[in-house]
Parts: sequence; structure tokens; C-alpha cells
Amino acid sequence: MATIELQKVEKRFGDFQAVKPMDLTIHDGEFVVLLGPSGCGKTTTLRMISGLEAVTSGTILLDGRNVTWLHPSERDIAFVFQLYALYPHISVRDNIAFPLRAQGESKETIEKRVKEVVDLLQIGHLLDARPGKLSGGDQQRVALARALVRRPAAFLMDEPLGALDADFRESMRAEIKQLHIDQHATTVYVTHDQVEAMAMGDRIVVMSDAEIQQIGTPSEVYYKPANVFVARFIGSPGMNLARGHYSEGRVRLKGQNNVYAVPDDWQQALGKALGGSGDVLVGFRPEAARISADGPIAGEVYATELQGAYVMLYININEDEIIHIRAERIHQHQIGDTVRFDIDPRMVRFFDPASERAITREAAQ
Amino acid sequence: MATFYETGPGYPVTESIRVDRVSPTARRIHAVRAFVVLVFAIITLIPVFVMGITAFKSRADVVSVPPKIIFKPTLEGFVFLFTERAVVSKVRLPEFQKKAEAGELSLFERIALNTGQEITGPSDYVDRLKNSLIIAGISTILSVGLGLFAAYAFSRFPIGGKDDLLFFILSTRMLPPVVVTIPLFLMYRQLGLHDSHLGMILLYTVFNLSLSVWLLKGFIDEIPIEYEEAALVDGYTRFQAFYKIVLPQAVTGIAATTVFCLIFAWNEYAFALMLTSDDARTAPPSIATMLGRGGIEWSAIAAGSLGFLIPVVIVTFALRNYLLRGVTFGAIRR
Amino acid sequence: MSHVELSNIVKRFPGVTALKGISFDVRDGEFFVLLGPTGAGKTTTLRIIAGLTKQDEGTIRFDGESVDALTPAERDTAFVFQQYSLYPTMTVFDNLAFPLRAPSRRLPEDEIRKRVEVTAEKLRISHLLDRKTAHLSGGEMQRVSIGRAIVREPRIFLMDEPLSNLDAKLREALRVELQHLQKVEGSTTLFVTHDQIEALTMADRIAVLDLGRIRQIGTPEDIYDRPADTFVAQLVGTPRINLFPARRENNHLYIEGSELHLPAPTLDLPERFTLGIRPEDITPSPDGAFAGTLQITEPLGVETILHIRSGERTLQSLIPGMTDLRIGDTVRFDLVQDRLHCFDLDGKRIN
Repeated sequence: MATIELQKVEKRFGDFQAVKPMDLTIHDGEFVVLLGPSGCGKTTTLRMISGLEAVTSGTILLDGRNVTWLHPSERDIAFVFQLYALYPHISVRDNIAFPLRAQGESKETIEKRVKEVVDLLQIGHLLDARPGKLSGGDQQRVALARALVRRPAAFLMDEPLGALDADFRESMRAEIKQLHIDQHATTVYVTHDQVEAMAMGDRIVVMSDAEIQQIGTPSEVYYKPANVFVARFIGSPGMNLARGHYSEGRVRLKGQNNVYAVPDDWQQALGKALGGSGDVLVGFRPEAARISADGPIAGEVYATELQGAYVMLYININEDEIIHIRAERIHQHQIGDTVRFDIDPRMVRFFDPASERAITREAAQ
Repeated sequence: MATFYETGPGYPVTESIRVDRVSPTARRIHAVRAFVVLVFAIITLIPVFVMGITAFKSRADVVSVPPKIIFKPTLEGFVFLFTERAVVSKVRLPEFQKKAEAGELSLFERIALNTGQEITGPSDYVDRLKNSLIIAGISTILSVGLGLFAAYAFSRFPIGGKDDLLFFILSTRMLPPVVVTIPLFLMYRQLGLHDSHLGMILLYTVFNLSLSVWLLKGFIDEIPIEYEEAALVDGYTRFQAFYKIVLPQAVTGIAATTVFCLIFAWNEYAFALMLTSDDARTAPPSIATMLGRGGIEWSAIAAGSLGFLIPVVIVTFALRNYLLRGVTFGAIRR
Repeated sequence: MSHVELSNIVKRFPGVTALKGISFDVRDGEFFVLLGPTGAGKTTTLRIIAGLTKQDEGTIRFDGESVDALTPAERDTAFVFQQYSLYPTMTVFDNLAFPLRAPSRRLPEDEIRKRVEVTAEKLRISHLLDRKTAHLSGGEMQRVSIGRAIVREPRIFLMDEPLSNLDAKLREALRVELQHLQKVEGSTTLFVTHDQIEALTMADRIAVLDLGRIRQIGTPEDIYDRPADTFVAQLVGTPRINLFPARRENNHLYIEGSELHLPAPTLDLPERFTLGIRPEDITPSPDGAFAGTLQITEPLGVETILHIRSGERTLQSLIPGMTDLRIGDTVRFDLVQDRLHCFDLDGKRIN
């Protein structure tokens, strides 16, 4: 088990800055997810931790030991790839035993350890099959077994569910999480799927443009996004961000006659951050909107979607802003209807449109 | 950024992916590689170079041992190539010399005179070259054109016994040409195709078709069928879809195939030697048999080969951008 | 616009029967979704309607008239492919104009220009008109593909998973736009997908297809609330419906392999059957009638998935917001009794 520490780790490919200098500590037994859109530097970060990619500058510590310039095989970590990377010409058993043989373990040890992981992942019935014959989910289980069998200090996983069907992805997600709960191995997991990140991570590192945007628990990144990027990226759909102008306790939203009264406990923070008055983004999650006949904000229904247990309404609040409202299925709305709603005061957030940073109440005190 | 999926967990990773770390070594490897390529290129080009200088050597220089690198260039070879000549009799020699002094002789006539000969008429070299152009050109167009349709059909339609047919087509290439020359010779004699342009065009077309069908099928297979289907639904006929959609995207492949077919038809020697004698004789056999009255005219042969090279070089050069992508058979993503 | 009717379509390929007698109709102005897993025969159905593939049996009628003898061009459908259908050698404008320039139409060039511009406006791709399609992003390419379909006002739009190659955010955005556009224009659309969310969110009606047979046809509400069999029940809804083998004894339902049992609903139930419970119908509450151990929580933000263990069964429960329940805690919960689904051992719904 291990603590992983990145100190001012940076990666450049020629002129291209793939990862800006970043500090990150991953605690022993923690499941940390690196989340971001493609090209944000998350995979490069993971590969630097593994040693598959050399750092341009900075230090990587594994349990306090400087491993920055060690070969991947000397770092005592296991890497799970998106495309399984199983050897097609040998059986599942030999695939799992492969890393142990490479380490020169005795036959008995190999047999014992293979049995352990096979029982853990419940893949005993697959042992004699060739990897090519297995379903995507089973292949990924075997790949996990091969990683586990070495008992590494840490696991690095690069979108291990990315190549699976939606169905498998969901059940494998729970399986990997269960595995983590049972084993408590330090895990760094890379994904571009915010649902996966939320569901699995103890902490989420949101990355974009080669740098960290926010580090926090799922509930922190969901309810208290540090900036506009995180607010939009987390959630499906992301947070609604309505443009408006703040003055004297009210936000006049762009278009129509929508005036939103800012909750009392936010007024001081907004006043301070905006210097009395100024442009502001009002952020709220789709589930924070409450449809009511006397709601202060009105808009026209642009589209409606049945999403299983509830309905998602797309509301046009002015000519170019569409916001999402999650409503009970009893609400029936046609395209073009006018809908009024209010925002749950506990779930409203504000952002400075210039810096795109969240305005916080803590900062005001 | 290179993606690298090969490595299993904990399996040692090769140093080579750490390009940024090992750049001095990489640079050295690069230099060695460049050197090897250079040496190879030189070895390949030596015969061409020798041919090039031979074309400008005089008779004496051609046969000198060891071969001369530095010599006095002359157009003798070209004169021998393009003209028929006769030895000037002793009686008429002074008359010629007078003409030469008066500047009434052309450059070629003067050079011929230096070897004691007079020009009696043009040689058949230009005709042979013309034959080559006609036969190779038309047969290339035919084999690429027909091949394109065949390849399209093989690629897109469910044809019964497709695999067998494709194998059969390729099998025409498995025999060395020499083996079939005798039967062909007899056939052509019967059909009156011997020593005719039509005969040679047919022969080269048939021979090249297998190559062009196979090459072009590969290229067409790579063009997603959705493009054509979209056009079909949009209101176009199959042929229009082929013409408007497939053709522009197959240009690379067509260019590559054209060059291959052209080079084959242009350089072909064995058939041409056996099946033509005069009317349809192409350049390769005629150059090789260019025996002057005084033995083998090496400089004329070299000069003839040089001229023979030019058309193919021009075509290949014009299509080189397509070729580079084409000969890798789509291995490089477009 | 038109009414499209398929009756008893059969299609055989060497070794497999891809469609085993498919019948449904797409009404004028309807957004109809064919939903099914890979290999269900969805794309084959679409291609047969377009005329790209010929059926072995059955008839297709457009507005009551058989089109079986017509070529793709004569059927006047528009096909949006999953990918690849933009011509890389042409500009966006030429791509959009391509169907209008077809010899069977031959519109005058200024009419073409007008229609292309209107379409581009609708799809917000006006600024891309002069670009070569090879330089567009995935989302832009798919917009152009859709544009090429709507530019010529066909009788029916056939869409073959047009969103599946896009990333999640883009897919969502385009989904909404497509739906809005379809409703506003009132165009008849047949949309093929394997993604149940796309089906539920966009469709007026859905046909669930599996192994060349139709499992159920209905509105999204029908499909979600009253799945015809266990296949359909599992296909729609995330997380998946909980399905357990159950037995009836003395007016009680017992879930095999767990201690869970509940009063039997007023249904004519066989002794053994399959019980289906949607995750949102398992509602934790401090004084719930049932209990289990919390095995995993998956917070998704807007809601949280709880994996609750009871005996050897794991139930997935979906609750709004986040939870402060901890792994290993005992969770008490209720079931929404009138939303239980019962299926016989063949998987058919028991009403």
C-alpha cells in the first residue's frame, strides 16, 4: 500500500504543454479519479506516475521514495489499460500468471496467488479459455486479475471501462468499486466520464487545459464547483449558468422580465465579490429548479425528454440560453408552453463571468 | 502523443518510447539510417550513371579499360542513335570537308563526318519510341479503366465465386512471360495480330489487368460504402455515385496503379521481342539489338536508353505525391 | 411527409435470418425509434426501407402504395448514417447541395443556394459552408449530415445511430436539437439506436427489436412503465431494473435467496415467477418494512445508486441527491407496491 505524491510535476512535448506543473497527494488506500475531457493531460499524468512517460520536471514520490527516474518495472505499480492488453495466444491462466513468472516466482506461489485473485473476481470458469473468446467485461476482469496478482503498491487504471458496452460498464463500475472496498489498494483512475468519476472516486481531480481545476469529493465537485468549467463538466446535463446583472440583492437575468431575488445569506458575498453590483452567472442544478405558477423566472419549453423516472425540460429563458429543469413525470409540457420556476435557495451558486471562478460565502467572511 | 497499449502491467517498457530522454542516441541512429539509405541509393544509381556518361562517350572512350570517368563528351552516340549512315567514299571526302568548312553541314552531319560516315537517313528509333508510347499508353489506360470497374464490382457486389475468380485473375501473373510467348506467337500469327499495335495493346492490357484489379480493389475496399449509399438515397444512380463519389477518393490508388502498369508495359522486353518485328516493334527490343555495322554501338544504346527513360520519369515524377501514399496501400491514414 | 408501413418483412442472410417478420407503421409527423442491441436487425430494417437492401418477404408501403419495386432514389427517403457519409472531397456547401443537384431533381442553382442557406441557418452551420468536411469536428460533421437530410424535404428521415460516435455532452446537445427540429418541422422520422436513453428521450413511439423480432411497440411511457417482457424491462432504465426469481406462497411473495417477502398483489400469479423492481421504486426510509446491508454507494450527483445486500441478492436503489449512509450500514427501505413488475418464467409480463 502506498501514498503517491506529485510535486510540481510537469510535462512538455516540445512546445506543447501537456501538463502544467501540478501538486497532488494521493493518500494510502484512496481511490482518486483523474477526470477531464480528452487532451486535458489526465492520461499523461497517469503515465508519468507509472513511468511510461518521463517527467519534464518535478518529483514523484511513492511512499516517500523518489521514483521519478525509476523504470516502470521498479516502481511496484500495476497498470490496467483500456484495451485490456491481454496476450491473445496464451490462456487466461497463463495471462494472469505472466507477471509472476516474469518475477521468477515458484510454481506453488504462482498457483496459490492466481487462485486467490481468480476467486476474488469469480473468473474460475474462464481459466482455460483464450482471451479472444471472452466478452469485453470478462476480458477486463482478467486484466484486473493480472494487475491484482502482483500485489502492487498502487493501481493505475486508464479508462478501463472505456471499451465496454454501456451495460457492462455499469456493472463493472460497481465491481471495481467493490474490489477497491475489499482491497483498499491505492488507486488512480483516469476517465473522461463524469458519471464514472462521481460513482467511483473517493476524491476527484478535475483537469482541463493541462491543469487541475478542482480537487474534491464527489459531493464537493457537484455542489461546490470551483469554477464554470467544473460546473458545466460535472453532471448530466451540467449546471445551468444563467447570465444576469446583480445589484441590490437582485439579479436581473438576460432577456424577458426575469428578476431573481438573491437569498439573504448570499447577498454579502455577492456584494463584496462584485464590488456592489456587476455581471454575474447564476448557477443551479436541473434538480434545484422548482416549477411553480408564481416562480420568478419564466421561459418557453424548447424540448422535453422522458428520462426514466422523471422528465427533463429544456427551457428557453432568452433567445440563446437554454436551461435544464428536472421535473416530476406528472408535469406535462408541450413545446412552446411557458413555464415559471424558482430555484432552491440552498442549491444556488454564483460565478464571476470575467474570471469564471465561483463566488464563495467563505471568502466574504 | 503516441499511444502505447502493448505493455502488460509491470512488463518492462522499452527505452525507445522515452524519446525525449534518449535523444542523443536517437540522433545517432538516425544518422546511421540516413547513411545506409544513401549508400543504397548510390549503389542503385551507379548503372544509371554509367549509362548516362556512356551516352556521351566516343567509340574509343566506350571500350577503354579501365573505364574513363573523365573524357571529352561527344554527341556521337546520339548521331548513331537517330540516323542511318554510310561510309563516305574516299572520292567524295574532300567535297564533304569543303562543305564542312563553309558551315553548310549540320551538327549531326559534322559529327558523322568525324567518324568517316555520311548520314543517309533517319533511323527507326523515333518510330520505335512512338510505338512504345502508343502501346504502353493505351494499354495502361485500358487496364486501369477496366480494372477499376472490375475492382469496384469485386469490392461492392456479391459475386458468386468471388475469391476463386480473384485468385484466377492473379494466377495469370504466376507464369514467367517467356513460357507463354511461343503459344502466343502461334496464336497471334493465326489471328493476324502478329506485329500489330492492337495485338501488343491487348496483350499488355490482359497482363496488367490482374495487377490493376488487385491493387484497385484494395483501394476501393477502403472507401466506406456509406458514401455511395448516401448518394443512392440522395437520388443518384449507381454509376453517378461511382463517378462522383468513389472516383475522386480513389485518385491515389488510380495514380499508383497507373504508374505500375505503365512501367510494366513500357519496359516489357520478352513479348515485344517475339511478337513484333517492325510495324509494332517497341523501344526495348530495338535498343538492345542496335548493332551498328562496326559491332555493338554502346554509346548509341546508352543514348537510346536515356531517351527511353524520360517519359516514365516524367509520369512518375508528376504522380509522385500520390505514389508515396499509394504504394503503402493505405497504411498511412489519409 | 408520409405514412410508412412495414408488413411482415423477412430478411435472410447466408446462415442467419436477420428479420423474422417485422410489422409496424410510422405515422405522419411521428418520431419513431427502433431500439435494440447490436445484431437485433435495426439497421437492416432501415436499409430495407431506404431500398439499399432488398427484403425476402413482405411489403413496404409509403402512403398506402407499395415501394418494393422502387430504387433508393425513387423512394425519396433521407438517410443519416452513423458516420462517413460526408464527402471528404467537397465543401460543406457542396455536401448540402449534393442531393439537390441529383439528376432526378435538378433544381436551379439559385434555388439550391437558398435552400442550403436556410438549412445551414437552422442547424447553425452557416459559418462552415466553405470548409472542406475533413476539417470539421465530430459534432459539426453530424450536423452537416443531418442538414443534408433535411435540405431536400424527403418523405421520411431514416437515421442510423447518428449520435453514437459523439461524446456525451455533444450527444446530449444534438439530441435536444434534433428533437426540437423534428417537432417544429413535423417531419416523419425513423431513428435507430441501441441507446435506451436516446429512445426514451426522443421518441413518440418506440419499437423494441431483438434477434429479428419485435418485442414491444409503444410510447416511451408504455415501454418504461409496462415492459412486455424481461428483455424490454432490462433494456430500458439506468440503473437496470432489479429482477429476482420469486415464489408465491400463502398470499405472500418471497424473493428467492433472500429474506425479503411482501404481501402478494391482486394478480393472478403462478407459483414461480420473476419479480422486477425499478431502482427508483426501492425507497430507503428509517422505518421501512425491509432491511439490508449497504454494500456500495455510487453518488452520481443528481442521484445516488445504493447497492443493498439482502441474503445473496443485491438490490439497486436509486435515490435523489447524495446520501450520508455509510458502507456496511443497515438500510431500511420500502417498495412502491403498485409499481412492481411480474413476469412469468418465459419472461412475459403478467398483468
